Amino acid sequence: MKLKELESCLQQVDTFEEPKILLEQYPTSPHIAACMLYTIHNTFDDIEGKLVADLGCGCGVLSIGASMLDAGLCVGFDVDEDALEIFRRNAEEFELSNVDLLQCDLCHLEAEAYAQKFDTVIMNPPFGTKHNQGMDMKFLRAALTMANTAVYSLHKTSTREHIQKKATDWGVKMEVIAELRYDLPASYRFHKKKSVDIQVDFLRFSKA
Amino acid sequence: MVQADRLLLVFVQATEVKVNEVEFNPKFVCRMIPKLEWSALVQAADQLGHREELPGELVADYEKNEDFLKRVHRVLLEVEVIEGCLQCPESGREFPISRGIPNMLLSEDEA
Repeated sequence: MKLKELESCLQQVDTFEEPKILLEQYPTSPHIAACMLYTIHNTFDDIEGKLVADLGCGCGVLSIGASMLDAGLCVGFDVDEDALEIFRRNAEEFELSNVDLLQCDLCHLEAEAYAQKFDTVIMNPPFGTKHNQGMDMKFLRAALTMANTAVYSLHKTSTREHIQKKATDWGVKMEVIAELRYDLPASYRFHKKKSVDIQVDFLRFSKA
Repeated sequence: MVQADRLLLVFVQATEVKVNEVEFNPKFVCRMIPKLEWSALVQAADQLGHREELPGELVADYEKNEDFLKRVHRVLLEVEVIEGCLQCPESGREFPISRGIPNMLLSEDEA
């Protein structure tokens, strides 16, 4: 599948009807999702035939993309049942048989139970900007426990040094695959500007 | 790994089960098998009434046994619990499954 095709398909994915601010819900744009997945698949071969986890899957953009790129099975984890319901509907509409959904709280997940069971973890985790400071690192910790080969994640560029230090402490290698600009449309009622630009790193973590 | 041991067995009940058609990928199934607790898989399949000749123990040389791999594929990827619940045999705590999605959220006092 070509990048443009993938992006085009992902544009059909239904997203949050009423995004929950405290959960930092916003959809990963089809363009960013497609670029991420395409790189993970073509450069690193970490999707096709692999067992993939999508942490904080929301409405499932990343999982659906992974599924279309022939993941063996992609399991989406999220705390919010409304988002999961939309994801479930999406999977049904796209007639995807290689996705599974699970509702859980990653802060209380016994990630050890899934230790290294997944080949790959992909995610666009909350950044920890809505009274949930440190959430990005919690997600990252869980992801690193669950993955056998690699973790792909998006994090604010401003936190790059901090994450690099943690990665070193944890004995994992971190690569900055790309720098992206998030153009978040005013999806929350209190956003004063029309859109918010955030600089984001697309990171890959693997064994050191 | 003590924590992993605790999840060796799980009781599953279902009021609605669906069997989907999923493309068979023998290499993928082979790689999944070592990640599983075989006895837990068989027990769960049994409880759902979908065991269908899945052996009680892993067969040797399963990589070359397409028949066996197809049986595992069926139970692992095709049999889906739509409505039901998972039960932790230690605590008795039940986790509902609805519309195919298990809810593993703990209440405030459990976490």
